[in-house]
Amino acid sequence: MRLYRALLHLYPASFRVEYGTEMEAIFERRRRGASSAGRLGLWVQTIGDIVATAAAVHLDILRQDVRYGVRALRRTPSFSLTAIAVAAIGIGANTAVFSVTDFVLLRPLPFRDPDRLVKIWERTPGYPRLELSPENYRDWKRLSNSFSSMGALWTIASNLSTPGTDPERVTGAAITWDLLPTLGVSPRMGRGFTEADDRENAAGTIILSDALWRSLFGGEPDIVGRTITLDDTRYQIVGVMPPDFAFPSRQVEFWRPIQLSVNDKDRTNTYLTVVGRLEPGVTLSDAGAELNGIAGRLAVQFPDQDKQLAATIMPMRDDVPKQSRFLVLVLSGAALCVLLIVCANLANLLITRAAGRRKEIAVRAAIGAGRERIVRQLATESAMLAIAGGVLGVALAYVALPMLATLAPVTLPTAGEPTVDARVLVAAAVLTAFTAFAFGVLPALRLGREADAAGLREGARGGARRERLRSTLVVAELVASIVLLVGTGLLLQALWQVSRVDPGFQPDHVLTLRTTLPWPKYAPTEKRAAFYESVLGRIRALPGVSAAGYISGLPFVVRGALWSVSLHGQPQGLADSRSVSLRYVTPGFFTTLAIPIRRGRDVSDTDTQKSPFVAVVSESFARREWPGQDPIGQRFTVAFFERTIVGVVQDVRMRGLESEGEPQVYIPYRQITDGWMSTYAPKDLAIKLSVPPGQIVPAIRQIVKDIDPGEPVSDVRMLGDIVAQETAPREGQLRVLGAFAFIAALLAAIGIHGLLAFGVSQRVQEFGVRLAIGAQPSQVAGLVFRQGVRLALLGLVIGVACAYAAARALAALLAGVSPADPLTFGAVIALVGVLTVIGSLLPAWRALRVDPITALRAEY
Amino acid sequence: MNSDIAKLLPLPPATFHILVALADDDRHGYAIMQDVAERTGGTLKLSAGTLYRSIQRMLEQGLISEVRQRPASKDDDERRRYYRITAFGTAVAKADAQRLFDMLKLARARGLAPEGR
Repeated sequence: MRLYRALLHLYPASFRVEYGTEMEAIFERRRRGASSAGRLGLWVQTIGDIVATAAAVHLDILRQDVRYGVRALRRTPSFSLTAIAVAAIGIGANTAVFSVTDFVLLRPLPFRDPDRLVKIWERTPGYPRLELSPENYRDWKRLSNSFSSMGALWTIASNLSTPGTDPERVTGAAITWDLLPTLGVSPRMGRGFTEADDRENAAGTIILSDALWRSLFGGEPDIVGRTITLDDTRYQIVGVMPPDFAFPSRQVEFWRPIQLSVNDKDRTNTYLTVVGRLEPGVTLSDAGAELNGIAGRLAVQFPDQDKQLAATIMPMRDDVPKQSRFLVLVLSGAALCVLLIVCANLANLLITRAAGRRKEIAVRAAIGAGRERIVRQLATESAMLAIAGGVLGVALAYVALPMLATLAPVTLPTAGEPTVDARVLVAAAVLTAFTAFAFGVLPALRLGREADAAGLREGARGGARRERLRSTLVVAELVASIVLLVGTGLLLQALWQVSRVDPGFQPDHVLTLRTTLPWPKYAPTEKRAAFYESVLGRIRALPGVSAAGYISGLPFVVRGALWSVSLHGQPQGLADSRSVSLRYVTPGFFTTLAIPIRRGRDVSDTDTQKSPFVAVVSESFARREWPGQDPIGQRFTVAFFERTIVGVVQDVRMRGLESEGEPQVYIPYRQITDGWMSTYAPKDLAIKLSVPPGQIVPAIRQIVKDIDPGEPVSDVRMLGDIVAQETAPREGQLRVLGAFAFIAALLAAIGIHGLLAFGVSQRVQEFGVRLAIGAQPSQVAGLVFRQGVRLALLGLVIGVACAYAAARALAALLAGVSPADPLTFGAVIALVGVLTVIGSLLPAWRALRVDPITALRAEY
Repeated sequence: MNSDIAKLLPLPPATFHILVALADDDRHGYAIMQDVAERTGGTLKLSAGTLYRSIQRMLEQGLISEVRQRPASKDDDERRRYYRITAFGTAVAKADAQRLFDMLKLARARGLAPEGR
């Protein structure tokens, strides 16, 4: 019988109390009448019956509670709409942020067994992640046993010529034949590469992305076997990848066999991105230890080139730009803060509402509703509000997502953008459940407890405990909003700081575009020089152009291009940290970007392969290598030749606004050996304009077309936009964070106001007594006001401490702004003070107007 | 037809049978179970869970009421509650019976049910 009684607990308590005894009696009677074999059947039948009908009874109650809830919520539409809107803000903010977080950090990559995929780098002192040289790649691959396969690639760009249309610049990747099998993907059409395709000097083959296939061939099915022309070379199409394949990033539109030369023994020429697939059962640290062991042996074997070589290995999923990861984490934290504030606010709203419903609830208790039914009823109402808020929140997230999507870096190996999909909807459901629980269950339990006590007693006031709970919630709201406000303030300061940084050049009115000269057609240096000279000559003659020049890579666009320098013929290797940012330039480049020449001269058209090799260097390079000496006339070796310094220019932040980067060395465009260093051939053209760019771009395109009809013009943009792009992620983040902080502060102010206003309405009688025995109205108002100030002070003390802790965690994003920045903290403290005053004013004013006679007579 | 009645139709079989069981006399839960089993020749055996869940709903819907005065009987047991059909309950039961009868007539017209007497 004990088992039966236990089973009865599946029913709601109200049902059990009502019918449990009788059901037990019936069961008892049947059990007695059954044989021992029949008893087993009886049990089976009974258990099934109880489980099924208990679920049905719960459902009956739910249906009833929902009906009742809808009526109750309809009676107070302003409360219901406020609560739904507030819940929607919290859930919507978190849903939107989660969809970005999931996209950037969590979602499994679209490859087979993505957990086993790793990225591998060389590590030398000062450079934790360096691409691999082909020779080191071959050795690591050959000597290691931790990987079932390994593949390598590097990103390339080519000029695509299609008959009848202008040539086009497209990005692709040169990959080893085993890269696609390593990732575990195969083309949707045709085949992957074979070892034979990847052999040096094998016939050109190519695999297209789904997007390129559609744009070039309109999605025609029979294109395998046809050819396309890249950089004047014909490639046979062997396959088309599926649309969701975007590796190494979504900018890549084609893949070609890398055809590494077996004769390339230079271990310092590091450019391969390497992906490995771990053998089953091998851990990341096992694989890392093995690679480091091999690196150690190579360092001994090749002391010149592999000095201090080690390996860095990490799961491919974790290879997210540090800045992006941090950005997303900060936003997630901020969104959670908003959710907490929202829950605290809703809980307060509900407690206030519950206080107004005490009589209604007491009546229900008096006519026989048990505490459990009342708690259930209230919890159902909260859940309904949360669900409505959740649905609205998902809609909000859907609308707000495009604003947040820009925060996802384009370099991820995933196609598409963050969207509200099934995973995000599940997250939204969890958030909704959390919200419903956090703001609904607490007040419901509290109220249910009071329902037992004689709530019908006229004028029964909520106890001190409720007051304390509500105050705690308001303080929590204040703390969370102070953290958000301080975070926003600090990041705003950091943004100002970053945008005030002098990049070392003048981006205003500078138009930039790219003409990449293809090899082998432009391998001879003089052939390139002729191209630059005719293009620059004709462009400089255009009205509205005051200067123009070519560079091998614009600042902020090409951030790397590092080369080691050596003085007095010392051997060079990447291991010593004497690297510089190396650029080849034409005359006029410095003038175009208004980079001041501090000493000496610009590069010149007369700096040829027959004249002495020269270089223009940045001030920081001169300082680093010849402190206190005149750099003009000093000699050093870079890019295979010793060169004499003929000029010194102001420093430029090649790596972007937030990094000083390496010192710069500029070499005249002609002083490069035929066919060498193709990636250093000048390709970025900068033009200083005095007219709007729209008027002049067609003329420039025509000039390039006249000089070489096969040459595409790409990446046409203003240098100012490139610089603005530097701070765009920060601005995007700040916009979202600012919106969160604004909502948080608003909710906190509403919270203070709600608490005080409710307190006043509860204490009218007390105030009446105080006034009757001689207190001044101003004293009574002061009482209310002081309560607000006390809450604000408490919130400030805790909030400032929490905000400081959060700010220290943010330090990496602060661009040098102190986490204890007095201006930010001062402003936030002042803002919270103002909010408190505003929140307290109305309740205090109401207390001021209490009429003692009415208050005492009405007793309420 | 009264819209309150229409809203409840068609009745779930358990509800219909409980109303029929209470049509002539007030009964307690176990007596209802026995009556239903007897009248249907044992083909319908209400389980205790179904019975009391139905009773709870029928009380809420006003189809039956609990009887405070218990009939004096030697079987009477303090623990038992007795239930009585309400006027509304009678009307609903009649309406559902009429609905079933009309359906039967339609079925007969197409030869889907045996002719009654």
